[in-house]
Amino acid sequence: MEVIAIFLAASFGTLALGMVSSWVDRKVTARVQYRVGPPLLQPFYDVVKLMGKETLVSKRALGRGFLLAPVVGLASAAVAATILWAANLWPREAFVGDLVVVIYLLTIPAMATIYGAAASGSSHAAVGASREMKLLLAYELPLVLSALVPILQLRHVEGLSTFSLGALVAFQQDAGWALWSVSGVIAAVAALIALQAKLTLVPFDMPEAETELMSGVYLEYSGPPLAMIKLSRMFLLAVAPVYFATLFLGGLGANTWQGWLALAGKYVVVLVLVVLIRNTNPRVRIDQAVRFFWFLLTPLAIVAVVLAGLGY
Amino acid sequence: MGLTTWGLKKSPWVYHVNVGACNNCDIEILELLTPRYDIERFGMVLVGSPRHADALLVTGICTRQAERRLVEVYTQTPKPCVVFCIGSCAMTGGIFRHAYHFSRPVDEVIREVDPDAIIAYVPGCPPKPEAMIAGAVTALGTL
Repeated sequence: MEVIAIFLAASFGTLALGMVSSWVDRKVTARVQYRVGPPLLQPFYDVVKLMGKETLVSKRALGRGFLLAPVVGLASAAVAATILWAANLWPREAFVGDLVVVIYLLTIPAMATIYGAAASGSSHAAVGASREMKLLLAYELPLVLSALVPILQLRHVEGLSTFSLGALVAFQQDAGWALWSVSGVIAAVAALIALQAKLTLVPFDMPEAETELMSGVYLEYSGPPLAMIKLSRMFLLAVAPVYFATLFLGGLGANTWQGWLALAGKYVVVLVLVVLIRNTNPRVRIDQAVRFFWFLLTPLAIVAVVLAGLGY
Repeated sequence: MGLTTWGLKKSPWVYHVNVGACNNCDIEILELLTPRYDIERFGMVLVGSPRHADALLVTGICTRQAERRLVEVYTQTPKPCVVFCIGSCAMTGGIFRHAYHFSRPVDEVIREVDPDAIIAYVPGCPPKPEAMIAGAVTALGTL
């Protein structure tokens, strides 16, 4: 019962946070381009409007899988958000799921996108799906390797081998942020870039590529399924800073008002960093992205893991 | 006013359909996205797929080649949606009305497939961006 209550609270909380984050994204983008930008409630208006529109399914689409994929993506993003928030707010209590589960759950929205795009019967979406698949293969390894770094630090300092997120947050509250070490800095850079790809934001937005594939993987979606996709993207935009802060910035736990202020600060800094990366880079080609992740970021993450293992 | 209409007014996403324009209206439409006019203030975004669109901005004389493509794009747009005829050409054929490749005005083409279509007209050659914003506000106000 308690788990369900926490799930609902975390889902709606993250949803609200995601809508605000999406607005921050659009507003900062607009300000960077000397525009005024949309009003605060714009993401909410968009979702309400999409819920009222007609759902069109192409004759060539596999209807059921096509319509189910956005729901699966949304649900797994919501569960990942719940696990992360529970570990952050009550680090010393046991809760379902650990880091491995979160990494798996964060992979499912991309898988669902690939499935939905492949089932949509559109050639543009198929190109987008193949790019999304290559991107997933490219960024997943550095993301997992960089997540190992705080785990190894915990093992080195406290002699505790665990993938528990709560233990990780508690450790960082006692011994300082995982970021404040050589391995931590390298891993944080790798994780931030891999998260940018996970969010499929510029420079890694080639699966949707508004200007060449006409929003690629999402091309065929309309009405409520498109609203689901928008919602799960908002969820991921809110989850990414929480994930990053949990691993490297000492978690988002808060008991006092200073704690809440620090929580908001960490969240906003990571979010704005993501938005600024998105606004100051051009889109790279898929082969460039794969080469970048495999031959630059993965060795970097391996170096971080080795350093963390040696205790640096 | 229902929730659907309210949402549509708050975030009309537009898709740009060129059915044979001289590119002048298209340039003026892109002007809407620039810092000077910035239609994202009103929640309007230019989208890449008619499936995401709530408004079709149709520019140019409807050529015989483009006619059935226009119909295709209109039927692929989820309803409710608004069609904007941007410029004199889309409304009447303009100075090209006697040309051999001119088919029919855009509204006739759309009315043939959907008699209840919501069609707004923005005259001009090309219409000013202010006129387009005024047209959008008027059209959304009548919903």
